[in-house]
Amino acid sequence: MTTTSGSAFTALTGLLDTDAIRKDFPILQRVLHDGKPLVYLDNAATSQKPRQVLDALNAYYEQHNANVHRGVHVLAEEATALYEGARDKVAAFINAPSRDEVIFTKNASESLNLVANMLGWADEPYRVDADAEIVITEMEHHSNIVPWQLLSQRTGAKLKWFGLTDDGRLDLSNINELITEKTKIVSFTLVSNLLGTVNPVETIVRRAQDVGALVLIDASQAAPHMVLDVQALEADFVAFTGHKMLAPTGIGVLWGRQELLEDLPPFLGGGEMIETVTMGSSTYAPAPHKFEAGTPPIAQAVGLGAAIDYLANIGMDKIAAHEHAITEYAVARLQEVPDLRIIGPRTAVDRGAAISFVLGDIHPHDVGQVLDEQGIAVRVGHHCARPVCLRYGIPATTRASFYLYNTQAEVDQLIDGLHHVRNFFG
Amino acid sequence: MKLDSMYQEIILDHYRNPHGKGLRDGDAEVHHVNPTCGDEITLRVRLDGAVVADISYESQGCSISQASASVLNELVVGRTVGDGQAIQEAFLELMQSKGQGEGDEELLEDAVAFAGVSKYPARVKCALLSWMAWKDATAKALAGQPVVND
Repeated sequence: MTTTSGSAFTALTGLLDTDAIRKDFPILQRVLHDGKPLVYLDNAATSQKPRQVLDALNAYYEQHNANVHRGVHVLAEEATALYEGARDKVAAFINAPSRDEVIFTKNASESLNLVANMLGWADEPYRVDADAEIVITEMEHHSNIVPWQLLSQRTGAKLKWFGLTDDGRLDLSNINELITEKTKIVSFTLVSNLLGTVNPVETIVRRAQDVGALVLIDASQAAPHMVLDVQALEADFVAFTGHKMLAPTGIGVLWGRQELLEDLPPFLGGGEMIETVTMGSSTYAPAPHKFEAGTPPIAQAVGLGAAIDYLANIGMDKIAAHEHAITEYAVARLQEVPDLRIIGPRTAVDRGAAISFVLGDIHPHDVGQVLDEQGIAVRVGHHCARPVCLRYGIPATTRASFYLYNTQAEVDQLIDGLHHVRNFFG
Repeated sequence: MKLDSMYQEIILDHYRNPHGKGLRDGDAEVHHVNPTCGDEITLRVRLDGAVVADISYESQGCSISQASASVLNELVVGRTVGDGQAIQEAFLELMQSKGQGEGDEELLEDAVAFAGVSKYPARVKCALLSWMAWKDATAKALAGQPVVND
């Protein structure tokens, strides 16, 4: 790979064998626009899928497809074993104390909404009512803002949030005023999808525990990229989605502490979530089934299990190291581009591999369009985190986000592409 | 290169030197947003009888949306509302043509340069933002004042 301006940098160390990994991802072989190889840097939106996951989906539908649970025929037993086997894999992947703490949802948004609704319908001491306070942060994805606005509007609870510092971190200076005895729930992202910031979990959890508030962590941008240990986080709930971690769309996870899942009420009613039903009333199945009404996304769960096998086989610590090296390189090289301003931390310290930036006064849509013409896929816009854009006084950003299959050469291609953008609009 | 069909030199010229930008007095004001990309425009229309006396606007967005607002101003100011609406409808049709339309250059003048944009579904809304705002503001202005027949 030749680059016009990358010669000052030597090869990075600590990288994965991306040549081997990329062979597992059929889509990465695609060639776009008159012979430009795809440079896929939109991983914070969704990841690509390895052949191992696609094969698992096909094998499920070709060999084992049936509805899960209660069936006495061979296929139903196989489908159930595969679906519940995926739950075991998730439990091990996040170091859950019990597999029964892993609830399958359709995505992280549903997981977050599920908690908000549980708490709205809960009895004391968990009930969010007019006297309660909810704490979130200004860097949340809309999916961790809107459910809380809805809950606040419906119950009269007060919604509060952490602000942001100029360098893209949470402003913790008023933590004791934000999280108080009135706080019922603190919900925040482990890694920002726009800024890339990795948040200080321990500080926030410690304060929440001191006042008896529950903690929900949105790990959508963390689970694909780092070791995720729900016991070490000491949170009460952790939400993430499958499609950002090599799995298909349509499968998400909510992990919750067992005693909470026992105490909290169901949200959606239907098949699968009951113990007995009469025309007058019903009793509910124990968690996790209490929270999985209706036929679940079976094939998608099986796909998530295969994705977890793939990631675990490489090692989440190695993936994190690879991305850290790529991020460090990308952050440095991006800052060589004239007029480019990174929105978020300007170093790789406590930072994930999603890097947002603005390029002079060239609108991100124009940046993205000209990069696309070179085969480079980035995301442009407010990334479902519009309050962050408002905070930094910008309408939108361009975001490049990296994953285990991205290479140093692809960072160089991005930089060359950005120089081309500047020339085009200059 | 395909990209040049979208970013025609005429479009880039309007983007760099927009016509009529800035807010001035008007009979009606609207604020339109493209929620998928965050482009925004505040647009005012001033009518003088049946004539569009001024279209003024403050906007933020990509080169396509900025250039489109500039072309709107250049084309429609000084025309009758009826002529402006005919141009607006012709432009809408061109933008919905999925790259098939060429546009009537007699009627659309510089706006035919946007024909290439119609090939990019994600960008069509950028091109239409100011025109939809103008349509909306004009309807408001007409509703707010007696219709003058000439």
